[in-house]
Amino acid sequence: MNILTEMIRGWFGPDKMSDQMVLILSAVTLATLMFVVMALCALVFTWMERKVAGFIQSRYGPMRTGRWHGWAQAVADMLKILGKEDIIPAEANRFFFSFAPILVLLGSLLAWAAIPWSPNFVSADLDLGLFYIFAVSSLAIIGILMAGWASNNKWALYGAARGAAQMVSYEIPLALACIPVVMYTGSLNTSDIVIAQQGGVLNWFLFRNPFIFVAFFMYFIASIAETNRGPFDMPETESELVAGYHTEYTGMRFAFFFLSEYANLFLVSLIASMVFLGGWWSPIPGTDFAPALTFIIKGVLMVLLNMWVRWTLPRVRVDQLMYLCWKVMIPVSLTCVVGAGLWMMWRGQA
Amino acid sequence: MDTMLPMGSVDVGMNGHFATVLIFVLIGFFFAAVALIVAKLLRPHDPNPTKLTTYECGEETRGSSWIRFNVRFYLVALFFIVFDVEVIFLYPWAVVFKHLLPLPELGVLVFWEMVIFLVILSLGLAYIWVKGDLDWVKKLVDRAEDEPPRRNPLLKSVTNEEGSQ
Repeated sequence: MNILTEMIRGWFGPDKMSDQMVLILSAVTLATLMFVVMALCALVFTWMERKVAGFIQSRYGPMRTGRWHGWAQAVADMLKILGKEDIIPAEANRFFFSFAPILVLLGSLLAWAAIPWSPNFVSADLDLGLFYIFAVSSLAIIGILMAGWASNNKWALYGAARGAAQMVSYEIPLALACIPVVMYTGSLNTSDIVIAQQGGVLNWFLFRNPFIFVAFFMYFIASIAETNRGPFDMPETESELVAGYHTEYTGMRFAFFFLSEYANLFLVSLIASMVFLGGWWSPIPGTDFAPALTFIIKGVLMVLLNMWVRWTLPRVRVDQLMYLCWKVMIPVSLTCVVGAGLWMMWRGQA
Repeated sequence: MDTMLPMGSVDVGMNGHFATVLIFVLIGFFFAAVALIVAKLLRPHDPNPTKLTTYECGEETRGSSWIRFNVRFYLVALFFIVFDVEVIFLYPWAVVFKHLLPLPELGVLVFWEMVIFLVILSLGLAYIWVKGDLDWVKKLVDRAEDEPPRRNPLLKSVTNEEGSQ
């Protein structure tokens, strides 16, 4: 952010603009950049998901569009979606039906503001960073409930109710799993959390403390449930609910749901890499040549792991989903918090 | 980082960072509007009454979907609020924990205070667990006492035959 304000100052001359103007301009640039990156990552990950699914199921996936391994498939899909008719059912509540996809998209975009890409590149370097990310990403729950209810469709309503129950439930282990890390860092600022992990792979929070190691897996499972992906894709179980909360959506509004699903996938992977896997620090100390690239590679590897899980495990039932969250993950996460505290008292803050 | 600001740059400050968040909101709405307008210019628009009916796998929809649904979802929402408030209380504690831990006596006290808080909440969790409210399908009566478990008649006949031989 500071670099950007300096650059804008440089272009326009030092005394031409007030501080506020420079600030607004740089924020607009960053927000646009984040939106473009978000859209691009959705394109790349839809293609990647198809290829991964293909290889796991012993087939090729898209091969023709764009010649090389069907790389242009996602672009073609996007163009096609642009030309699709927008249908709002006569029975639906028009205002909430149109507003819900925008709200879901906004929830994803806002959370991206506090991601620390590299030591000098955080769009909004908030004191409350991590807490802010959890807070704004739960906007998606409201959007999903709104979409399902406003559609006035039974499939959509079931999907939305299930989605809301699942997402609020798994938000608790997700947030609890990050608490041991906050205890070590003493700050919620996303950059501070990464800076605290400097010095090679053994200083990553994942390997600092056995309780954080367990908490990482709690985080990973909860993050799959939060993004509504298999094996926890209850809100859109295609074999029982057609498409869940977005059954009635077409064209661009459907694309918003789709985009935010992949944006959220990358977001939870980036948070995992930021909180547990050392963020922009490379595994070997002293080799931090490309911090942003290291960070993104870790994020993409987490996305790959996520896809692997999705295409390998069968879907769970609703009762199993609730059992796993309330009777397994919440007690274990609470134990991790207490255990990490005991460990810190015993071993000091190493 | 704020102490090392180079000349000519702007001291952003915490309000500035939250202003950035506000601008993210505006830009989000802006791009959503642009995408919808572009799509509106490109797509066909040809509604007819059949197309605008609610999709229910080809069946005709009966009544509205704005109906009462399973009370279970409200229960989950209720538990969520309790535990979410717990998490909200845990975060500020986690932030100050590291700074208070080195202090003599106070550090240990801070830890055990949070343990007491967590134990009270775990008692609540144990209560709803024992009451069966965490099960998706709640058993209202324990049926096992009312009727003996029914054996598979086919299986019974097989064992009888084996016994007679």
